[in-house]
Amino acid sequence: MNKQELIRQLQNMLPADAVLYEQEDLKPFECDGLSAYREVPLAVVLPETEEQVRDILRLCLRENVPVVARGAGTGLSGGALPLRDGVLLSLSKFKRILSLDPLARIARVQPGVRNLAISEAAAVHGLYYAPDPSSQIACSIGGNVAENAGGVHCLKYGLTVHNLHKVRAYTMEGELLEIGCEALDSAGYDLLALFTGSEGMLGVITEVTVKLLPKPELAQVVMAAFATVAEAGSAVGEIIAAGIIPAGLEMMDKLSIKAAEDFVHAGYPLDAEAILLCESDGTPEEVAEEIARMQAILSRCGATSLRTSANETDRLRLWAGRKAAFPAVGRLSPDYYCMDGTIPRRELTHVLQRIAELSEEYGLRVANVFHAGDGNLHPLILYDANQQGEFHRAEELGGKILELCVEVGGTITGEHGVGIEKINQMCAQFKETELQRFREVKLAFDPSGLLNPGKVIPSLHRCAEHGRMHVHHGQAAFPEIPRF
Amino acid sequence: MQHIIEQFSRSVRAAGATHSPLRIQGAGSKAFYGRTVQGTLLDVTPYRGIVSYEPTELVLTARAGTPLAEIEAALAAKRQMLPFEPPHFGVGATLGGCIAAGLSGPRRAYAGSARDYVLGVRMLDGNGEDLKFGGQVMKNVAGYDVSRLMAGSMGTLGLLLEVSLKVLPVPAEELTLRFDMSEAEALDRMNRWAAQPLSLSATCYHDGALTVRLSGASAAVNSVRKKLGGAEVKDAHIFWHSVREQQHAFFAAARTLWRLSLPSTAASVGETGAQLIEWGGALRWLATDASPEAIRQAATVLGGHATLFRSAAPVVEPFQPLSAPLLEIHKRLKQRFDPHHIFNPGRMFPEL
Repeated sequence: MNKQELIRQLQNMLPADAVLYEQEDLKPFECDGLSAYREVPLAVVLPETEEQVRDILRLCLRENVPVVARGAGTGLSGGALPLRDGVLLSLSKFKRILSLDPLARIARVQPGVRNLAISEAAAVHGLYYAPDPSSQIACSIGGNVAENAGGVHCLKYGLTVHNLHKVRAYTMEGELLEIGCEALDSAGYDLLALFTGSEGMLGVITEVTVKLLPKPELAQVVMAAFATVAEAGSAVGEIIAAGIIPAGLEMMDKLSIKAAEDFVHAGYPLDAEAILLCESDGTPEEVAEEIARMQAILSRCGATSLRTSANETDRLRLWAGRKAAFPAVGRLSPDYYCMDGTIPRRELTHVLQRIAELSEEYGLRVANVFHAGDGNLHPLILYDANQQGEFHRAEELGGKILELCVEVGGTITGEHGVGIEKINQMCAQFKETELQRFREVKLAFDPSGLLNPGKVIPSLHRCAEHGRMHVHHGQAAFPEIPRF
Repeated sequence: MQHIIEQFSRSVRAAGATHSPLRIQGAGSKAFYGRTVQGTLLDVTPYRGIVSYEPTELVLTARAGTPLAEIEAALAAKRQMLPFEPPHFGVGATLGGCIAAGLSGPRRAYAGSARDYVLGVRMLDGNGEDLKFGGQVMKNVAGYDVSRLMAGSMGTLGLLLEVSLKVLPVPAEELTLRFDMSEAEALDRMNRWAAQPLSLSATCYHDGALTVRLSGASAAVNSVRKKLGGAEVKDAHIFWHSVREQQHAFFAAARTLWRLSLPSTAASVGETGAQLIEWGGALRWLATDASPEAIRQAATVLGGHATLFRSAAPVVEPFQPLSAPLLEIHKRLKQRFDPHHIFNPGRMFPEL
């Protein structure tokens, strides 16, 4: 079927304004939050009912046209990057909160509903939806499920996968899957866990049922400054060892502190090598007890100054610098590239040292913000896309950082997903036999392989190519892969 | 220890070559759960021991044959715990069995389930390949979440070798309160309380009494206690242990025990026999001789599912049948992970 015929058929099943095919209409969909990768799709469709989603998928299956689903397009790993010969399926018209049951603490929402909109709707009942990725004012819940999104409160409240009851999704074959239920478990395999974080490769989500939690009565934050990153790192370990699970535990390095302070004037100490933001939430009694214990530990671990939020305005001001860290760093440089690896926390000093060396080697500055509580590191690589070869260098440096994360026992992505961005590093983290299981999970849901193809799981060929470039300790990285 | 894995791998390959099923077993403490498997015993208990435990990382990795009791003791020494409070159901219960069965105890509704705390697994697939999924860190979205898929899969997808779990500190204070009330009142109360920040960590309703456990900082537990009232239960850990291990008089008297997993606000299941409610209303144990069809129908209407948990005469399918599209995906996953159908075939559903 040629392009015109496909568009004509899509127009038969959708309102006229729900099928985009002119170049200027397609352009806004050419990338997601990872704007370094762009591709204009063959067509964009904007269905608003489940039946339309089903019919689009069936048509594309019949005509062998790949489909990429897209939520709000805020993803940072290119998971919603379109395919030139494919259809981009936008869920942006699925934006209704279908029901909210305050007694059962459950909200049933369409996938295009923004993350923050759920908490806003629940607030009147004293409830909220816990996972809070930094992009929560814009990102959609469907995308959150597809990426298993995190946020700054994961250590205490978990990731998206811990806060879901149920997903309704359509397979490429147009079959409706109801995964999970409003009880706490379901019969059979835990397909809900498998589906969460599957990056749009197993099915297209049309409805999500989330858990709501009671909003803590009070939250308070302590900011602690340190003269060395190592001291800040060991303070984090000491807090955990003391049996405290802070609601948030964030670290910023000197370059991030300076960028954030210049941008939002949060009152961060500019002479510190690192700061920690330690948040406690709960009943007023609980918070008072926990804050006092954290202050004592931070002092003992060598904090050069401590500041505790006196009220809610003060607390939000202290967080403002951290929340604005990405745009703040963006002001230091024409472009920045945000990485997302997780490491065992004990490796922090070593990893930051290695990142500093790599930064020197590549001639690119790196600012570090760190979800210290759960080990999720976000190095921001500063570069200028207008300088010949700088993006390529930034990308290569980023790849090295991710491989370093794997080397110390961590992972190449904590919360942003693999998408197209980290597909080469998947070869560093997994053996071919493991990647083969991923391919087979994909085929169990999508035998046609038409749903978001080319993302997340590298081909055998790709790993061989990539592996050849990275010889470690004089040994090929993937000796088990047949080579030529 | 590597030689044990190689031995397991050889057994798996040999079984695959002859299509001879394997019956994977740890201590056998959950042999009653699920369907009966015919096959050669594959004893996982030799592969035991804690591989790594770093209290400041809140992560523990142990071999599948490690007794849960050993893990719990190591954690307790550092004032940490398995937050999902897994039932042992017998002496020597292993980590592998615990994760394969995917069962959680009284804290589940407030702290999360076994699968919620799984961070990574090492396993053998049906070809005897030694594979690792997930890892030892809390945030990890590289590839599909195969490690959590293994939780509750009853050993039908692979042989678990090692499991990494997130662990948490033991709460500074725990306190248990008891209230006399009707079932309807208890269901309402448990849901209302769960919608407020009240430090709940377990709930149980049986025979006119609602028992509630509070966990957290001392100050919080004490202030919530004043708010809720009720009578304090002494030696409450004995009570919660009896609920978790099903040694409570209710379970001891149950000849046929059904497990109904329902939305927490679901109405009463009705007068079908004796009942014990946990998880804020989301878990209802029924001791009843009512027909399986009637029980399954009731659970479905209420928005959940029913499992025949223990039965003197296991002639009924233990697990609620799957919808056709989900069964199809289950079959494909089984086929991919276990192409020779040797891992606990039929333990969960006849088709898997």
